[in-house]
Amino acid sequence: MIELTDVSKTFTLHNQGSTVIEVLSDVSLSVQPGECVALTGVSGAGKSTLMRMIYGNYRAQSGQIVVDGVDVAQAEAREIIALRRKTLGYVSQFLRVVPRVPTLEVVAEPLLAVGVSLAAAQNQARALLSQLNVPEPLWGLSPTTFSGGEQQRVNIARSFVYAYPAMLLDEPTASLDAANREVVLSLIETAKRRGAALVGIFHDEAARARVCDREVDVSQFTPQRAA
Amino acid sequence: MTPLLSVQGISKRYGPHIGCADVSFDLYPGEVMGIVGESGSGKTTLLNCLAGHLPPDEGAVLFDTRVDGLRDTVQMSEPERRMLGRTDWAFVHQHARDGLRMGVSAGGNVGERLMAVGARHYGDIRASALDWLARVEIDTGRIDDRPTTFSGGMQQRLQIARNLVTGPRLVFMDEPTGGLDVSVQARLLDLLRGLVRDMGLAAIIVTHDLAVVRLLAHRLMVMKSGFVVETGLTDQVLDDPQHPYTQLLVSSVLQV
Repeated sequence: MIELTDVSKTFTLHNQGSTVIEVLSDVSLSVQPGECVALTGVSGAGKSTLMRMIYGNYRAQSGQIVVDGVDVAQAEAREIIALRRKTLGYVSQFLRVVPRVPTLEVVAEPLLAVGVSLAAAQNQARALLSQLNVPEPLWGLSPTTFSGGEQQRVNIARSFVYAYPAMLLDEPTASLDAANREVVLSLIETAKRRGAALVGIFHDEAARARVCDREVDVSQFTPQRAA
Repeated sequence: MTPLLSVQGISKRYGPHIGCADVSFDLYPGEVMGIVGESGSGKTTLLNCLAGHLPPDEGAVLFDTRVDGLRDTVQMSEPERRMLGRTDWAFVHQHARDGLRMGVSAGGNVGERLMAVGARHYGDIRASALDWLARVEIDTGRIDDRPTTFSGGMQQRLQIARNLVTGPRLVFMDEPTGGLDVSVQARLLDLLRGLVRDMGLAAIIVTHDLAVVRLLAHRLMVMKSGFVVETGLTDQVLDDPQHPYTQLLVSSVLQV
């Protein structure tokens, strides 16, 4: 489902003395449907960078990143947009929304984008919000003023409302209490059972051990930097 | 799939000065493309060339017309291009008063575009106008008031209603949220996003506001001194800019 071959990434900071930073080189990784792979490695090893490259958010310097037959490293913008709409979900650490839009609409949006009717989309959104213990009086309000944990749960609800065949999870259990952490882990397990291919970053070791089938240490792909 | 709009090598010079140079891209139905760059980078010149408001010196702007398929709108006769401007195309000006008739009622402003494509039944026209005023969140009780009595944000929403009432397939927008205060901006962005999704509109939005393009545009084109220096997915261009100018632009945004 997700297939990376010889992927490398450098950042060139043109306005800061044209500094070139090599972040990753020769990354190869393969994730099968129903499998969850954890990315590990010290902070700065390039875990999030790798995940963003799979999502098409960062550009790869070389190599192939094939998700469901689409090479994200080469694809046209519209192909990546279609891939993100139908195939590839991403739970980021931050919720980015249009101000003023109610939580219920924020969560229902991925379903509306694939053509689900408004009523059906909102029903699913309600079910997921209550499963994640977001208090009902908040559903009609914009999430911009919510607490960190509430925003994170809205973010997770938004990503799990549609059954993406492939998902990227960037610290999905961060800033959650025990009960909500449990809900998120069961959502991940359900996604695995229906055959989704998952790639995740988990600093929460117990969570990682529970949902992930194997670990890939990203440091092995990090070029040695001059000290 | 046929692109809705195929822009090929558009250039426009003002004497020795370059307006925009050799711009090419394809836009597909339902796609929103943002054009960003500093003042004088040629983004408005480009938009005006695409929308037929300015004749380009070189290049072609092919549009997938309903009847004849792809046609070069630069070579079209003026009446044909005007017809396109009233039906499949819409143009939202930065200043609402450039896109509205200020001496005509709000309902008249919306109805006029319908009459231009042949609507004659007064009741139907008024019903459409009421429907559209409600969709852009203007109190329908104001239908007989002139836009001169409206606030800036209401005028902008009225301009959008007037433009979209004929069900265009492509909307050109020049700084649609420029000059509006932030609360009104957010409301307008939300409205535009909903309309783009529900009507399957394609749009080209010129702006210098990177936050606006992040929320509205799928794709981004960055211009500098008349040239396109970078294109790509909006979040990719903003989060991992490759060109020195884009890096400067992105890193210059003030954090709130």
